[in-house]
Amino acid sequence: MLNNGDTILSVRDLHVKFSLRGKVLNAIRGISLDLYKGEALAIVGESGSGKSVLTKNFIGLLDRNGWVDSGEILYYGLESGPVDLAKYKTENEWQKIRGKQVAMVMQDPMTSLNPLKTIGWQIEEALKLHQGLQGEAAKNKAVEILSDVGILEPERRAKQYPHEFSGGMRQRVVIAIAMACNPQILICDEPTTALDVTIQAQILQLIRNLKDKYGLTTIYITHDLGVVANVADRIAVMYAGDIVEVGTCEEVFYDPRHPYTWALLSSLPQLGIKGQDLYAIKGTPPNLFNVIRGDAFAPRNPHPLKIDFLYRPPYFDISPTHKARTWLLDPRAPKVDPPEIISHIQGIKLDTMDIRERPSEGGEQA
Amino acid sequence: MIDYENREVLCSVRDMEVTFGKGRKKFVAVKGVNFDIYKGETFGLVGESGSGKTTIGRAIIRINPISAGEVLFKGQRISGKISREMDKMVTQKIQMIFQDPMASLNERAKVDYIVSEGLINVHPDMPREEREARVSQALSDVGLLPEFATRFPHEFSGGQRQRIGIARALIMEPEFIVADEPISALDVSIRAQVLNLMSKLQKERGLTYLFIAHDLSVMRFITDRIAVIHKGVIVELAETEKLYAHPLHPYTQALLSAIPMPDPDNEKKKVVKVYDPGVHHYENDPPKWIEIEEGHFIMANAEEEAQYREMLKD
Repeated sequence: MLNNGDTILSVRDLHVKFSLRGKVLNAIRGISLDLYKGEALAIVGESGSGKSVLTKNFIGLLDRNGWVDSGEILYYGLESGPVDLAKYKTENEWQKIRGKQVAMVMQDPMTSLNPLKTIGWQIEEALKLHQGLQGEAAKNKAVEILSDVGILEPERRAKQYPHEFSGGMRQRVVIAIAMACNPQILICDEPTTALDVTIQAQILQLIRNLKDKYGLTTIYITHDLGVVANVADRIAVMYAGDIVEVGTCEEVFYDPRHPYTWALLSSLPQLGIKGQDLYAIKGTPPNLFNVIRGDAFAPRNPHPLKIDFLYRPPYFDISPTHKARTWLLDPRAPKVDPPEIISHIQGIKLDTMDIRERPSEGGEQA
Repeated sequence: MIDYENREVLCSVRDMEVTFGKGRKKFVAVKGVNFDIYKGETFGLVGESGSGKTTIGRAIIRINPISAGEVLFKGQRISGKISREMDKMVTQKIQMIFQDPMASLNERAKVDYIVSEGLINVHPDMPREEREARVSQALSDVGLLPEFATRFPHEFSGGQRQRIGIARALIMEPEFIVADEPISALDVSIRAQVLNLMSKLQKERGLTYLFIAHDLSVMRFITDRIAVIHKGVIVELAETEKLYAHPLHPYTQALLSAIPMPDPDNEKKKVVKVYDPGVHHYENDPPKWIEIEEGHFIMANAEEEAQYREMLKD
């Protein structure tokens, strides 16, 4: 699956800029990234790191005041051959991609459904537009998709309105609508941030099942590294409009190399020791209106090198699938060890997670 | 271990019931809730959305009236009809930090006014210089610059806004702070800053927190004791470490199994438990709130009590 698969989407040295109050903001600063068919890629970063902006380029939803300054986004999913999404301008062009090829699940299920239409109608709308189904056929397909995303009694539920659904159920409906277009790539933008922990686990499980069943390529966007361990095949860590480290899930968690990845991992409350301070990243992300010199993370890095403030580091390969943009990997750099706290990640449990079964029944399992 | 005999109880909730609506539309949001909060501790209240955890917090600070039971603060009843002086005392001694720092600050007021509003209400004749000095002090206590007093909320980031929310609570010199999901709207890295600030303030001032959240990974780090609430009923209450080590109630077990861990090997093998209320047989034998071991309470009927005792043995 990793690296051996075909590339479905390839981003080449992408620069995206926004014009805001007469100033130019450099939101994406030269990103290159390959997405392989059938994989689950997680894009992790703080708010403002550009993770949503990056993926909005794949679906033509960039805000009006933003534009691709240079670079290519090659999409290989069409039978007619590769196309460069960065050149797409009109809605007509995007109609061929949006939904059918690339679909998106938004963060808040409370606001992404139409409150005046039944759930069934909203799914049928997508089916009519994208799969050309009509009448009964569309209705039956909608019910089928609803049961696919784990909604019980789909016939009855299809006739109900969004307010009759709980948050987790609504997110399932949003996923159902995205799936109704039969996309190649599913982008999930913080799909579980608005949901409870137990529901979050169920939604992640659902997305993983759909991915396996339909061979979907999925992109998860999240700010919480804790969530991606069980869903992602590969992880890209973003900081200030750039990917600072990318590798397989295991490589990023067990052998992180970029100081920013170290900092993100260290600040997870799961690793915190009671009575001591939780690791906090000092300062704030850089202002992207300014030109950034050197390594963007250097001012917040507790042990920066001199060169970090002067020159932007290139990518250094750690393995064929793992690379990071930090001078620490240069052979001439002094050896800096990752913080102690994250060296215990492998095998970390909440001491305790040996939750015992009730003697008589035993818990239901998902 | 907590010395239950000699701890001073700061706030107790006795058989609290909160209802919304009347007649046929009546909805019981919280029922039969009992717990004590000790002075200087962080008491966690965890549950899913709609479970009533926020309602309990709001009932304690008298935003939501309670329909049965009572709330005691330092042994005095503060729920229902109370005297004016008592009301003033409650307003000052119990403060709240809200969930969404984007929505809980008045957009049209300067930080100076937002932070000092409570002070103006409680001490209307305090001289202006003293009030300004207190605002500067409160801002620097939460790690903000005193100059920020003249700015508007939109000029701040989410983490800074939450600090303003904390400063607003601190300026009243409270003893007890109800923190309703104070970090769930914040980024992971900012989360750590706010949590550290809260525990620093607790150490310095001996504050007591009621920490309401749905995120169990954070709860373990910050709380001393945790109550788990499900559909308006507290199902289990224990010291944090004990609860994580021996969760007895099936709902607590389901919640704990859902915590995402940053370890791909374990995570990919993990089975998430789903709570099925059907495992209880409460038709003929309704559950009671029992203390199954010292400081560990659980909602169980006679049959379950026997089971849980069995589980505690091994």
